[in-house]
Amino acid sequence: MTKITFIEFNGTERSVDAENGQSLMRSAVDNLVPGIDGDCGGACACATCHCYIEGPLAGKLPEIGEAERSMLEMVEGVTAASRLACQITVSGDLEGLVVRTPQSQH
Amino acid sequence: MSANVVIVGGGHAGGQAVASLRQGGFDGDITLVTAEQSLPYQRPPLSKAYLAGELPRERLLMRPSAFYEGAGVDVRLGIEVTGLDAGHRSLTLSDGGQLTYDHMILATGGRPRPLPCPGADHPAVHYLRTIADVDAMRPRFVPGACIVIVGAGYIGLEVAAVAIKHGLRPVVLEMAPMVLARVASPEVAGFFENVHRGAGVDLRTGVAVSAIEDRDGKAVVVSTAGDRIEADLVVAGVGLLPNVELAQAAGIDCDNGIVVDAFCRASASGVYAVGDCSNHPSRLYGRRLRLESVHNALEQAKTAAADICGKPLAYDQVPWFWSDQYELKLQTAGLSQGYDQVVIRGNMAMRSFAAFYLKDGRLLAVDAVNRPAEFTLAKRWIWDRKAPSPQQLGDDSIEAKALAV
Repeated sequence: MTKITFIEFNGTERSVDAENGQSLMRSAVDNLVPGIDGDCGGACACATCHCYIEGPLAGKLPEIGEAERSMLEMVEGVTAASRLACQITVSGDLEGLVVRTPQSQH
Repeated sequence: MSANVVIVGGGHAGGQAVASLRQGGFDGDITLVTAEQSLPYQRPPLSKAYLAGELPRERLLMRPSAFYEGAGVDVRLGIEVTGLDAGHRSLTLSDGGQLTYDHMILATGGRPRPLPCPGADHPAVHYLRTIADVDAMRPRFVPGACIVIVGAGYIGLEVAAVAIKHGLRPVVLEMAPMVLARVASPEVAGFFENVHRGAGVDLRTGVAVSAIEDRDGKAVVVSTAGDRIEADLVVAGVGLLPNVELAQAAGIDCDNGIVVDAFCRASASGVYAVGDCSNHPSRLYGRRLRLESVHNALEQAKTAAADICGKPLAYDQVPWFWSDQYELKLQTAGLSQGYDQVVIRGNMAMRSFAAFYLKDGRLLAVDAVNRPAEFTLAKRWIWDRKAPSPQQLGDDSIEAKALAV
């Protein structure tokens, strides 16, 4: 299990014990964290799991793939810190990761 | 006492309705009645990773059981609604129970169309709609087995791709002259036919099933071409019949689904219908639609919930779908029916292209294969009713996002 902290747009913080091997999106949904939708179930087909990840741990994330990059380009409020949570797999490397969620996923 | 909601059906739409009601501030009682023995789960993996045995059952759930407990939802698993009295707003259940509602969301979905041929009740014949369906076919879904797939729609083609990867020998029989006949152009259908044949699928178009016979427990599929194909497993994916019977018997308007308005309201007071079972108006296409897609189910559930929460928002979306076959990701936006022009962008041989469908110069839809940028952009162009010219659409030397609208 890896500790991940989700911070909502309104500043509410929630730390969860995320299961290693699951996607960040699944960890959020399964732990009832609001702000991440994952409408397509993690198929990189909807961009409703958009989140922002910064700081030193961001360097431990897998590189953005082409499909993820294309989906992100169309999302509102995209920044250099933007990722799709369904494309990130939780592992011990990400212990203490801080994930911010946008105001809206639509 | 605050109002209560009864949700009939625990698929994508039913599951989303629960979440959207609570997120929208609804604090009355919510009861979710589902005929399945499972909390709402994702259907797309059933014909992909779950069939392939790569995804444990628990990972299919849309939300964990803790969610429903925390949200104070009364979930009735394995219970069917056997009767509806719309005038008295009451329901009878298969366990003898009764429910009354202030608001009811019909999210009854659909059931697979049965094969219409003699012998369709052979034990080797399976459909693919539920977790139980896949669990039932799994013992016969083993390497070396001969599987006859009837219907080359999304389900049939996805099963064929998994079958090949899993070491089965699939024969696909499609009644129409081409695969994906209801949804794709000859160009795109031809592409998928080549991919499947190249992968080893014995694909036969223009062939239907006349009968299914038995030979020592194996099924013998008799085709209209006169072939007799012995099969360990027959999987039929020949369409979905909307579950409208409950509504119909209660006098609620139905016509290719339960008829609803832009707010998902059906013809009886307090009743909504969402997802695969609903027939709704499309502002974008100027006609009524019944869409079988995850996106439609989720968005209609959100629409119904918003109306119940007193914040109505008309349903207005570009339909979109996806299908994963082999390493190909097909993403479709819009509806192509009635097109008079197809523009191909990219390279079919490289398995990276988009087919744009236009009518009278207006972009209706796109089929994108491994082209997520074109898919996402086209979804916006269709919505805006403003797209690059056909010539630009076909010019792959310009980056998609640089195309002038």
